[in-house]
Amino acid sequence: MKTTVRLLTALAIIVLGFLLTVVLENRYYFFAAYVILQYIILATAWNILGGYSGYVNFGTPAFFALGAYTAIVLTLAGHASLPVLIVAGGLIAGLLGLGMGYLTLRLRGVFFSIATLALTVVLQTLVINWPYVGGAKGINIIRPPTPPFFNNYVEFLFVVMVGLAVGALTVAWWIEHSWIGRGLTAIRDDEEAAECSGVPTLRLKLFATTLSGFLMGVAGAPFPYYVTFVEPSSAFNLDYAVNSLAMPMIGGTMTWVGPLVGAVLLGAAQQAAMVTISSELNLLIVGVVLVAFVILAPDGIVGLVHRVVKRKRP
Amino acid sequence: MFSFELLVNAVVAGILLGGFYTAVSLGISVTFGLLDVANIAHPVFIIVGAYAAYGMNSAFGLDPILAGLLFTPIFYGVGVAVYRLYYASFEKKGEQSLRGLVFFFGVLFIIEVSLILAYGVDYRLVEASYIGKSILIGPVGIALRLFVPFAVGLILTLALYLFLAKTFYGRAIMAVSQDSLALRLMGADPIHIKTIAFGIGIATASLAGALLIIIVPVEPAMGREYIGRVFAITVLGGMGSVGGTLVAALILGVVESLTSTFSGPSWALAVSFGMLLLVLAVRPTGLFGR
Repeated sequence: MKTTVRLLTALAIIVLGFLLTVVLENRYYFFAAYVILQYIILATAWNILGGYSGYVNFGTPAFFALGAYTAIVLTLAGHASLPVLIVAGGLIAGLLGLGMGYLTLRLRGVFFSIATLALTVVLQTLVINWPYVGGAKGINIIRPPTPPFFNNYVEFLFVVMVGLAVGALTVAWWIEHSWIGRGLTAIRDDEEAAECSGVPTLRLKLFATTLSGFLMGVAGAPFPYYVTFVEPSSAFNLDYAVNSLAMPMIGGTMTWVGPLVGAVLLGAAQQAAMVTISSELNLLIVGVVLVAFVILAPDGIVGLVHRVVKRKRP
Repeated sequence: MFSFELLVNAVVAGILLGGFYTAVSLGISVTFGLLDVANIAHPVFIIVGAYAAYGMNSAFGLDPILAGLLFTPIFYGVGVAVYRLYYASFEKKGEQSLRGLVFFFGVLFIIEVSLILAYGVDYRLVEASYIGKSILIGPVGIALRLFVPFAVGLILTLALYLFLAKTFYGRAIMAVSQDSLALRLMGADPIHIKTIAFGIGIATASLAGALLIIIVPVEPAMGREYIGRVFAITVLGGMGSVGGTLVAALILGVVESLTSTFSGPSWALAVSFGMLLLVLAVRPTGLFGR
C-alpha cells in the first residue's frame, strides 16, 4: 500500500514537471532548473557513498564526464536514442565506480579521496588526447528533433531530468530504509567493528561505489544534448566535485532529504548569483557556505531542523 | 625523433624540475606527512605566493625570490591562523580527517575564486635578469629559469632538514608526529608544536610560489595541477621524510620531463597523477615508508 502511494507521488511529480512545460512560457526557467536537477542527482549519488559510508569522493567530474562522453561516442557511432544514452552512460560510469570500490580495499580516508582526484585528472588527460571525441578542442553535438507534446528540446530534457532526479531520490530512500543503508552506516562509524559483526563490508562498499558512479553517469549522459558543445575542461570541471560534496554537507548527509535540500538551495542561489552578479562570485558563495557549514553545523540544515524540533518537544 | 642528445637534455631538465618540485612539496611533507593534516589547499597557497611575488615584482621590480622570502613571515602567520581554526573546529573534537578535508577543499575554492576576482584569469609572469638566459655545457643546455629554482629548492630542503634534525623545535615536530602523548609527558605542548610546524609548512609556500612564477606564467586555477604532484611526491617519499621527498620529486621531475619530450606535454600531468594512483594502490607507504 505504502509503496503504491510513493510510486504515485513520484509519478505525480513527473507529470507536474510536464505540465509546467505546457504552462510556463519563459525558456530560461527550464534552462536553470535543468542545472539544479542535475545537481540533485549528483548530490544524491555522492551522498550514497560519501554520506552513508563515509568515503569522500572528489571524483564526481570523472563519473559525470564519463557519462557525457559515453553519450557522445554513442551519438557519433550511431544515432542512439536518449534512454539508451542514459543507461549506457550510467553503466560505464558504474563500471568505473566498481573499480574505485576495489581501491577502498587498500585506501581509506584521505588517501581514498586523493586517489579519486587523481582518477579524474588521468581520465581527463585520456579524453584530451582522444581526437575522436574532439580532444581538447571540444565537440559540437546536434540535438535530435524535439519529441511530440514538447515546445522545445530543453523542456523535454527538463522533464527527463525530473524523472531521473525522482528516480535517484527513490533509490537513496530505499537504501536508507533497508539493511544496506544500515550496513553502510556501520562501515562509516567503524569499518573493523562492522566487519567483525558480520557486515559484508566489501560487497556493500562495491555496491555503494558502483551505484554512486552509475547515478553520476546518468546525470552526465544528457549533458551533451543540453549544452550542445562539450569540451573536457567543462565536463571534467572541478566545480562538480565541490558542488556535489557541498550540497549534501550543507543539507545534511544523514538522510536522503539532505542532498535534495542542499542542491535546491545552493543550486538556486548559484543560478541567481550567476545571472545577477557573476559566475566567479557564485563559486565564492559555495566555498564560503561550505566552510561555514563544515565548521558550524556539521549535520547540515536537516540536522539543524532536527535539533530545533527536539528542543520544542522535550 | 629519438636521439641521445634529446634524452640527456630531457633528463637534465627533469632533474632541475625535480629540485623545484621538492620546494613545492616540502610544505605538504610537513603538514600532511608529519602532522596528518590533509591540507589539500596547500597548492593554492603556493599560487598566492606566486601572485605575491608578481605583485612585488611588477610594482617595485623586486627579485621574485627576494619577494618570496619577504613574504614568508606573513605566510607563517596565515598558517598559524588556519591551523588554529582547523584545530578548534575539527581536531579538538576528534573528527579531523574527513570534515577537515572538506574544510580545506572549501578553503582552496575560496582562495582560488578570490584570486580570479582580484586578478582575472590572465596568465601573470615576472621579470628578472636570469630569466631567458641559459648556459651550455657541451650539448646540454641549462636554462637559468629552471636552474635558479632548482638551487633554491635544494637550499630550502637542506635548511628544513637541518632545522628538523638539529634544533629543539625541529626535533619536537618530529616527536609530535611520532607520539604526541609522549611529547606531552615530556612537558611540551603538542598543539603549540603543531601550530609552529603548520606555520612553517605554509611559509614554504611563499618561496615555492616565487619559484613557480619564475618557471612558468601563473593563473589562479593552476594550483589544481599541483595537488596531484605534491601528494604523489609526499606519498612516494614516505610521508614526511625530507630526504624521501627530494628523491621522489627528482623521480617525478625526470619522468614528467621524459614524457613531455617524447609523448607531448598534454600527457605530462597524467603521469604524476597516474604515478600517484599506482603508488597508492600498490605501496601506500611510499619508497621510504616508516
